[in-house]
Amino acid sequence: MTDLYREEILDHYYHPRNAGKLEPADLVGHETNPLCGDEVTMYLKFDGNHISDVKFEGSGCAISQAATSMLTEYLIGKSKKDLGKLDLKIVLDLLKVQVGPGRINCALLPVQALQKGIEQR
Amino acid sequence: MYLDSAATALKPQAVIDKLVEYYTEYSTNVHRGLYPLAEQATESYEKARATVAKFLNADPRGIIFTRSATEAINLVAYSYARNFLKKGQAMVVTEIEHHSNIVPWYLVSTDLALSQRGASLIWWPVEDDGTLDLDVLEVILKQQNVGLVAVTGMSNVLGTLLDIHSIVQKAHAAGAKVLLDAAQLAVHGPIDAQALDVDFLVMTGHKLYGPTGIGVLYGEAELLEAMPPFEGGGEMIREVKKHEITFADPPHKFEAGTPPIAQAIGLGAAIEYLTSLGWDTIESQEQEVTQYVLEQLSRIQGLKIFGPKERGSLVSFAFEGIHPHDLATLLGDEDICVRAGHHCAMPLHTRLGIPASTRASFGVYTTTADIDKLVSALLQIRDRFTQARSRA
Repeated sequence: MTDLYREEILDHYYHPRNAGKLEPADLVGHETNPLCGDEVTMYLKFDGNHISDVKFEGSGCAISQAATSMLTEYLIGKSKKDLGKLDLKIVLDLLKVQVGPGRINCALLPVQALQKGIEQR
Repeated sequence: MYLDSAATALKPQAVIDKLVEYYTEYSTNVHRGLYPLAEQATESYEKARATVAKFLNADPRGIIFTRSATEAINLVAYSYARNFLKKGQAMVVTEIEHHSNIVPWYLVSTDLALSQRGASLIWWPVEDDGTLDLDVLEVILKQQNVGLVAVTGMSNVLGTLLDIHSIVQKAHAAGAKVLLDAAQLAVHGPIDAQALDVDFLVMTGHKLYGPTGIGVLYGEAELLEAMPPFEGGGEMIREVKKHEITFADPPHKFEAGTPPIAQAIGLGAAIEYLTSLGWDTIESQEQEVTQYVLEQLSRIQGLKIFGPKERGSLVSFAFEGIHPHDLATLLGDEDICVRAGHHCAMPLHTRLGIPASTRASFGVYTTTADIDKLVSALLQIRDRFTQARSRA
């Protein structure tokens, strides 16, 4: 079977890290993909210039949820500047797999959620 | 292994040969060419029209070639609905329609001039078992002033087969016209447009083992006669003066520009191919596969099948705890081609309470051995996901 569903990804899917809500949060970003029903809400807390805590709520496919879970781990401790530079490449590096054109939007979902949160802030 | 025939069917060699023959031996434009090769193109193109007409038991003058079934529906929405729906008349669509049989009517209903006249869209809801209740239609027709009922002959998600004959009788009794979307239905069994008494019927070539880029509109003669053209251009006129244009008679009135010549000829070949197989063979083989897949899938724990038992040859399903897109990607890795998503039927998926489903759909080449492979791959995927879930 494909690498896309290697053990680590399925593990993040079924045992998401940093699942839950932060209240109050310094930044909240929400995004959905109506085509497949995937949904992600990211909650961030800052300590000065750094991200001190991240949590997420979401539902959807293994790729979108695992990517989000992995991204929360990556973000904790990063600077606000790093947050602004967040892109698809970072998520793909975290997933460590080739994602075909049909599924790229799944991997992008947490990034889009964060970008929306930043815009609305 | 190809289980996506409801999206598009694979093409038989006979169809490909016809296309190659046209492009290599007489690739000329139709109508008005006076040299033999152009006459051959015209003859083949019009012969394809006659083949489609025979296939639907309809008058060839009522057969219009379009780019797709979608374009055929849009043609009716623009040329018929926008001009002939009377003040206050609504349009009825079912909850199981493909977007192509929703959006054109929605556009008519939101057209400002028409919506002020009250051209609203009424939804005929689907029952829990995936069927449509004729009594519900009757209530709608009694309570509302309906000008048009637009229905599919077969759901592209549930496989539900509709009782078109009764729908037409009820609609006509209420003074409403009927458009039948036969994009799915036409592949699986014979259609008699005259016996069904439909006013409009659309179908597509590429689901019917023919080329892409070709669709068909059948329209009742009097209606086509009265309807204004859909698009203007060459082919659809009799005479053009600077300030006065006379249009050609149907069907050419609705075929502006150089038509999809090769595609029409290819569609004719596809219909001849289907006819040579015979409906009895096709129906019995497809039903064997369909009933077999329903039986096999119903044995898989955690798998939910959508739609009724009596159905056309496709099945949509969902696996508890596995997203349809993950399922389709994993099946794809095993070279099993299925489709996942909303299948251009978002209102239906909303009604089912799911964002997406996975669909396996079958053609004349699908065997029960293919289904065995599908089932064993599904079990493997389920086990892998179950293991990952239970791992601490």
